[in-house]
Amino acid sequence: MKINSLADLEKVKAQAKSGLAGVEKTVIVCGGTGCLSYGSAELAKEIEKQIKAKKIRAKVLLKMSGCHGFCERGPIVVIEPEGVYYQRVGRRDKEKAALDIVEQTLVQGQLIDEFLYQDPVSKQKIVDYVKIPFYARQKRIALRNSGKIDPSNIEEYIAADGYTALAKALKMKPEEIIEEIKKSGLRGRGGGGYPTGRKWESTRKAEGKVKYIICNGDEGDPGAFMDRSVMEGDPHTVLEGMIIAAYAISSGKAPASGYIYVRHEYPLAVKNLTKAIEQAREYGLLGKNIMGSGFDFDIRINRGGGAFVCGESSALMRSLEGKVGEPRAKYIHATDKGLWDEPTNLNNVETYACVPEIINKGADWFASIGTKGSKGTKVFSLVGKVNNTGLVEVPMGIPLREIVFDIGGGIRRGKKFKAVQTGGPSGGVIPEKLMDIPVDFDELTRVGSMMGSGGLIVMDENDCMVDVAQYFVRFLEEESCGKCVPCREGLRRLREIFARITSGRGVMEDLILLEELGMAMKLGSLCGLGQTAANPVLSTLKYFREEYEAHIKERRCPAGVCVELIQYSIDAKKCTGCQLCAKNCPTGAATGEKKKPHKIDLKKCIKCGICYDVCKFDAVVRK
Amino acid sequence: MQAKVNLKLVDDVIKRWGSDPSFLIPMMQDIQDKYRYLPRPALVRLHEKLNIPLTRIAEVATFYKAFSLKPKGKWCIQVCMGTACHLRGGPRIADSFKRELGIEVNQTTDDMKFTLQTVNCVGACALAPVVKVNDEVHGQVSAEKVKKIIDAYAMRKK
Repeated sequence: MKINSLADLEKVKAQAKSGLAGVEKTVIVCGGTGCLSYGSAELAKEIEKQIKAKKIRAKVLLKMSGCHGFCERGPIVVIEPEGVYYQRVGRRDKEKAALDIVEQTLVQGQLIDEFLYQDPVSKQKIVDYVKIPFYARQKRIALRNSGKIDPSNIEEYIAADGYTALAKALKMKPEEIIEEIKKSGLRGRGGGGYPTGRKWESTRKAEGKVKYIICNGDEGDPGAFMDRSVMEGDPHTVLEGMIIAAYAISSGKAPASGYIYVRHEYPLAVKNLTKAIEQAREYGLLGKNIMGSGFDFDIRINRGGGAFVCGESSALMRSLEGKVGEPRAKYIHATDKGLWDEPTNLNNVETYACVPEIINKGADWFASIGTKGSKGTKVFSLVGKVNNTGLVEVPMGIPLREIVFDIGGGIRRGKKFKAVQTGGPSGGVIPEKLMDIPVDFDELTRVGSMMGSGGLIVMDENDCMVDVAQYFVRFLEEESCGKCVPCREGLRRLREIFARITSGRGVMEDLILLEELGMAMKLGSLCGLGQTAANPVLSTLKYFREEYEAHIKERRCPAGVCVELIQYSIDAKKCTGCQLCAKNCPTGAATGEKKKPHKIDLKKCIKCGICYDVCKFDAVVRK
Repeated sequence: MQAKVNLKLVDDVIKRWGSDPSFLIPMMQDIQDKYRYLPRPALVRLHEKLNIPLTRIAEVATFYKAFSLKPKGKWCIQVCMGTACHLRGGPRIADSFKRELGIEVNQTTDDMKFTLQTVNCVGACALAPVVKVNDEVHGQVSAEKVKKIIDAYAMRKK
């Protein structure tokens, strides 16, 4: 049905809720990309079969939700209303897992021990979703519905107060909405942290035939995947945020037109957004005369082409115009002349996802969370060498240490923490001594890194900081569009210097050269990609200079990563002769008799590191 | 090697996007979805029908990594090179695929079954190291698993 008023919306909400009368248990199987890769779709089918077989269809609602965030523990199954949290369900046997869940938990009301989460520190099993440390310390605004609702069903979003913010906004004056967003202190979640309300205001004030509203879903930062999770798990919140923005920016000035630019690597996000747009049109929430207000707005999806630079706003707009994604100089703002030279407002997925909550709960509520300069929450993707990996949404200003050690549960395999990398290829590394800084836009910038889109990549003693800097330089060299010289040539020269250092041919003067080049790129590059490209280099040099010096002066990689500077050997005292290394060695370099210490023939060894990875006794040594 | 190209399919794509040259990229994506690469005759057809210089089409086709001017294998293996995957051994996984398939990155096996590529982050970082085969994601891949993945797809029809 078409929703023409708030009353209609309430009707749909009541209907959606009454449809659930008689449901005693809800089984939520995670359908995020992580869980799907562990076969959660097949698991859901098996559960469905068992529910039918046990004839409890009327009492049990089975649904697939978006991402729960704790991807490493997939497949995740949550049973409401109790909030029972099952993880790593049926990785080996889906049929048996489904049978167990239906028979034991749904019918008999018993818990299944093997699926319960075990705290890595206390070794205790935890039943309740909200008591697991990974979730307990989170505050969810952008991710409020992810993992709870079925993203393919608009009624579930409406039942969770969806589109009430839009109804409220359509009754407000556009200027009032902009004022509210300004007051909330919301800053862009995509990297730059520009105040969202100010951007909306500039776009509203600019004269043009049409106003473009763009959602940047080209999440290219390696190590960050929160936007994917929101687009897949709660697509309607993105649409609602965009419609509110469109109304605030264009109403009474010029017609508005919307685009969502999604990475081509995210097929599920495209699928779920496409469906959400169709449903929103069907319900009169997109298209002509939205909710009977007389306001028109529609959104279309564009798939990206697999170019990192298209996450940069001006490059993204060129790409939408059907051209190559080359950025342009910023003395003309996109808010004045953006897509097709018309006023354009571009925000990130997570930014739009915060908007409905701000309108519903008020700017003061949002501004009460966070720090002086950074309000609200931020979603981080906590990955790398940390025990609990996944997506976490926390209030701004929480100490970095709390995210890594309390929510993340510390470092894997009892290794020693070295650094955390934030901000993707534009950011830097943060060493142990700075781990107590509060995480917000300004603090991260102050220590030489940046918020970026929110990737937090944890590194331990086995990670080489020179290698990490080299990784980002190579990444960016490949992704640089080549339009301006400082970025194109600078990255190439940086890569050459790193090749020297990591192969033991570096000289101390190289370090001065790295800093000089980095500075020149910062000052001379056209867009954010080039201006920040040297950050990983400069920050590793600042905090881990001794590692660079070890590579140059001693021809040694202290972490044992840089291939040309290391050798593999086997510690005869630790080797049990299990033959796993010999079995997996691709060149036959690792050999030995059963139950006797093995050896590595350095002439045959290609330093692939497989023996190091497979050895269960830490007997393979690399240095 | 030049595949036979059904130009009617290309014309259908152009029609679906209303013959509007600003939709060049979505049109090329649709064509690539059909053929798994961009056959030259299809690009020439775009140039003729949309009145866009062929050089500009070539510029777009070579700028975006998602496009390929060479035919791809039935299974496109993408080894993730995102930061989390890099730290957890992504480059070693790529090396294992190279050894097992006997090809370099951006090459296709002679039987046209496998194409090997690296990709800068597929956004499944919590499962690092990650390998994507067509649209299927494989998490926590080890060098031991590489052979199993290849064998499984080599046997599969669809």
